[in-house]
Amino acid sequence: MESINAKYVSQKISKVRWRPVSLSSLQQPEIFATGSWDNEDNTVSIWTIGNNGISSLEEGFDGDPKPLCEHKHAGDVLDLQFLDQEKVITASSTGGVTILRYNNNNQALSVSHQWAKAHHYPCDNAPCTSVVCSSPEIVSVGEDGRIIVYRADQGGIIRTIENADSSTIHAVTYLRTTEILTVNSIGQLKIWDFRQQSNSPSQILSLSGDRAPLHCVDRHPNQQHIVATGGQDGMLCVWDVRQRNTPFSLMEAHSAEMWEVHFHPMNPDHLFTCSEDGSLLHWEISSPSDMPSFLQGGRNNSMVSRSAMAPAGGNQSLINAWLSGDSSKGRLETTHMLPSQTLSVNSLDVLGQCLVCGTDGEAIFVNRQIPV
Amino acid sequence: MEEVDVDPTITNIPISSHGKHLGFACGPGDILVYETLYKQSGASGSCSSFIHEVRKDEEIHSPILRKLFNESHHIFVGLQTIQEEIPSKNKKSQFVSISKNYRSVIRACIEELQQVAVNTKDSAVCTQYGNQVSILLAIELIWNLCEVLFIDAVGALLLHLLDWVRLHKGDVDEKATHVLQSESPAEHRDYWDVVVGYVLQGRLEEVRQLLVKQATLQPAARNMFKLMDNLLSKMPFYNPGGTQTPTDFDVKWRHWHEEVDRCLQDNSFASNPHLELIAKILVGDEDTLLEHKELVGTWYHFLVTRLLYCHPTVKSTELHFYAHSCMTMFLDPRSVPEALDSILLAAFEFDIHQVIKDCSIALNNWWFVAHLTDLLDHCQLLQSHNLHFGSNLREFLLLEYASGLFSHHSLWQLAVDYFDHCPEFGRVYLELQMERIPLDTERKALKVLRICEQRQMSEQVRSICKIMAMRALRNNRLGSALSWSIRAKDAAFATLISERFLQDYCSRGSFSDLDLIDNLGPAMLLSDRLTFLGKYREFHKLYGEKRFREAAKLLLSLMTAKIAPRSFWMTLLTDALPLLEQKEVIFTSEQTYELIFCLEELTSSCNTTTATTTAAASMTDTPMQEEDLEVTKVELLRLALARNLAMAIVNEGTVEV
Repeated sequence: MESINAKYVSQKISKVRWRPVSLSSLQQPEIFATGSWDNEDNTVSIWTIGNNGISSLEEGFDGDPKPLCEHKHAGDVLDLQFLDQEKVITASSTGGVTILRYNNNNQALSVSHQWAKAHHYPCDNAPCTSVVCSSPEIVSVGEDGRIIVYRADQGGIIRTIENADSSTIHAVTYLRTTEILTVNSIGQLKIWDFRQQSNSPSQILSLSGDRAPLHCVDRHPNQQHIVATGGQDGMLCVWDVRQRNTPFSLMEAHSAEMWEVHFHPMNPDHLFTCSEDGSLLHWEISSPSDMPSFLQGGRNNSMVSRSAMAPAGGNQSLINAWLSGDSSKGRLETTHMLPSQTLSVNSLDVLGQCLVCGTDGEAIFVNRQIPV
Repeated sequence: MEEVDVDPTITNIPISSHGKHLGFACGPGDILVYETLYKQSGASGSCSSFIHEVRKDEEIHSPILRKLFNESHHIFVGLQTIQEEIPSKNKKSQFVSISKNYRSVIRACIEELQQVAVNTKDSAVCTQYGNQVSILLAIELIWNLCEVLFIDAVGALLLHLLDWVRLHKGDVDEKATHVLQSESPAEHRDYWDVVVGYVLQGRLEEVRQLLVKQATLQPAARNMFKLMDNLLSKMPFYNPGGTQTPTDFDVKWRHWHEEVDRCLQDNSFASNPHLELIAKILVGDEDTLLEHKELVGTWYHFLVTRLLYCHPTVKSTELHFYAHSCMTMFLDPRSVPEALDSILLAAFEFDIHQVIKDCSIALNNWWFVAHLTDLLDHCQLLQSHNLHFGSNLREFLLLEYASGLFSHHSLWQLAVDYFDHCPEFGRVYLELQMERIPLDTERKALKVLRICEQRQMSEQVRSICKIMAMRALRNNRLGSALSWSIRAKDAAFATLISERFLQDYCSRGSFSDLDLIDNLGPAMLLSDRLTFLGKYREFHKLYGEKRFREAAKLLLSLMTAKIAPRSFWMTLLTDALPLLEQKEVIFTSEQTYELIFCLEELTSSCNTTTATTTAAASMTDTPMQEEDLEVTKVELLRLALARNLAMAIVNEGTVEV
């Protein structure tokens, strides 16, 4: 907790994202972007926690994030992604999707391309809730139930799926290059295959019973069939999209909406979640999953039966630890990452050993030594 | 009615011509002012089309002060939870540390404002920041004094007061660093100012260190400096917390005092006016102090210095007496004391209510009074002082502050916790405010909803969901609209939307938003119409899967259990037609009888209504063509039912035999 650094920034932060570092270098990330919401003038800002470009002589380097540049943003920033090292994509509550170019040399942000009102109702704005990108393709989803696919390099829309969902789509992620997965406000996961021309999902998975809205989704970085979702009830669900139509494991995590879930990109035994209840959790699978599957069973029977459903005769190491995750056996450890605070943690991002999160209390927290 | 404490301030509205009449509307945080159409006789000219927004509390919009609001919110919430956790003994130290936290947040804000003011080039902005800094400095000064006098009220009163003066008269330290950094400190022109400044603040160790530098320059006067050093080192400080008894101290003090006095009498320092001045201060010569007003700066500094050298064992109950006399001695008798002076004086008089009242009037924000009052209330220093409006003082101020936050575009979330800790009216305020938050996105709506749901504000939950459902409906997003009304458990609205779904089905022949309707689950039971919608869709699914018997059973039960609205029966019966026409018998004879009964009930009720109420008939004046169609439909149904009944009877008969 000592390594956590808080900075008050005078705006409620809706999104934080690390700028990607080149894979070859073993560098830790230094630059991140934030988006604000609910302000009269919202902004996208770029920050650094390194001391490049700023004289480190003054009173020693204290590790505080320092602003590099900012750019006004029309509407709340509802999502933010780095397309590459230079380009930031934002999703706006006005329905627009914008590509901002960050110039590292003169520390400036400028609009590179904009699709205003990509998401819309016949006579009103429809907020764009989430974007995801796999350069050069960008996918955005919105409250209007549309899925739109763009090409960043050509500046055009290449596909629109109208009425992809009858309710709001809250988040989207890539499963593989041609497949995306969306989660909506009635507790469903839908998989869309862009190779098919039809405008209906190739698969629908859903939470049984209570239909709790899902707010976030992240795919396991190595195993494409495993996704984690979080929703209104604060439950963390891990799904195997090949296997069943209901989640493999359900874990109680937060007492209010879970806004984001992220697997650690390099070490997927670690997972991070943040929530409206003001907490940020670090989930860790404590031992490697080389136990036979029958020992991995959980306390309740449903958990056992689910574990038993793992591919018969398959290679044990392929059974992912998350799918047999069970906190009762102490195999799954959770730690609170933030000092007590009451206002929502809206967003988090983790890269290397660095974690950043932004809150409604107008603070950014940076932890540069997360134990992964 | 009581008279007002201060005259109201006048804000001029920039309007082109005089003699115009203004109208206004009060909001929670600001006032809207507009020109009315009212015209005096003879006056002419058009009405200006501007609406002016008059803000009560400008500070709330300063980006740097937002940090103050956010950080202090965190401290505030921490303070509210202290009460339950800690036994009363340790509370005091907790309160002191919380008070210090608040002050350090103010300090951080001041520093940042100063830094920004230095960096900015715009002079107007610069003065604006300068003003904010001076306000915050005053706030910190008052807060610190309140902390010393009320919250941390332990014995060593004078030592705390000295600390207070040192902290807020920082220019001595600033000068000292300049002096010490110069090549030859002892010859610096500010050297003696610094030395005397330190003496006035009772920082005798620093004085001695500085004097050593001077002594080395004047070897001839070595003995004189040695004597002064000796006097300075021997001065006793009163610390009631220590082992020293008051009488012990008194003896020591008198002894030391006489010694200084003796040195002055025999002109030991006559050759050096500076040292003589120091000696005079040490002996507590008030005239000398008043002659050096510019070094003391303020009357409260004068007060503390005077107490230090004249009345070192002062008790808190005597403070007000010395404060009064110092103020009258120090300030020009013709000048009117400033607001800050009277606030500090009130504090020295231990009149907490006066302090809060004067602060409320003098300062342009509620932040300070609200937080200070809350803290003092936790220390149980405020008597139950009932206002003739609202609840007690603490709650009144918190409500005002929180309402101000709520008028801000973004800070409203902070206000929620403040309202939570106002036991009497907080909830009512919160309820009224929550309903008025503009909801641009679902995410914001969800956050607002979460706040309401956590506090069981069901009325507000319903209203927010309804707003969202209405918006979705307006944008033709039936699925979303239904989700919202299910969340609000709003049966009437769910019925309305279900009707829309059924209408769409009737006109289009297919369902929209299947992903939702197929997954209603237990939510289906919210309203009868919604149940019907779900079940009817289930019938279509069964039919599609060619599970005819189950489909037929479901269809019939929809009518016999009166789940289906009467207006929809015809459609249901029409849906039964293809089932009746199947090669194998699907409806049993008994089921067929029931179908016939349903059809008869429908047609007879239709006939009676048309026969009895002519008015209704004229209103639903259907064209002949359509009526013909209906008649043919009924005929067809009857035929199909009769054939099916015949087949069923034959079939059942055969099976039995």
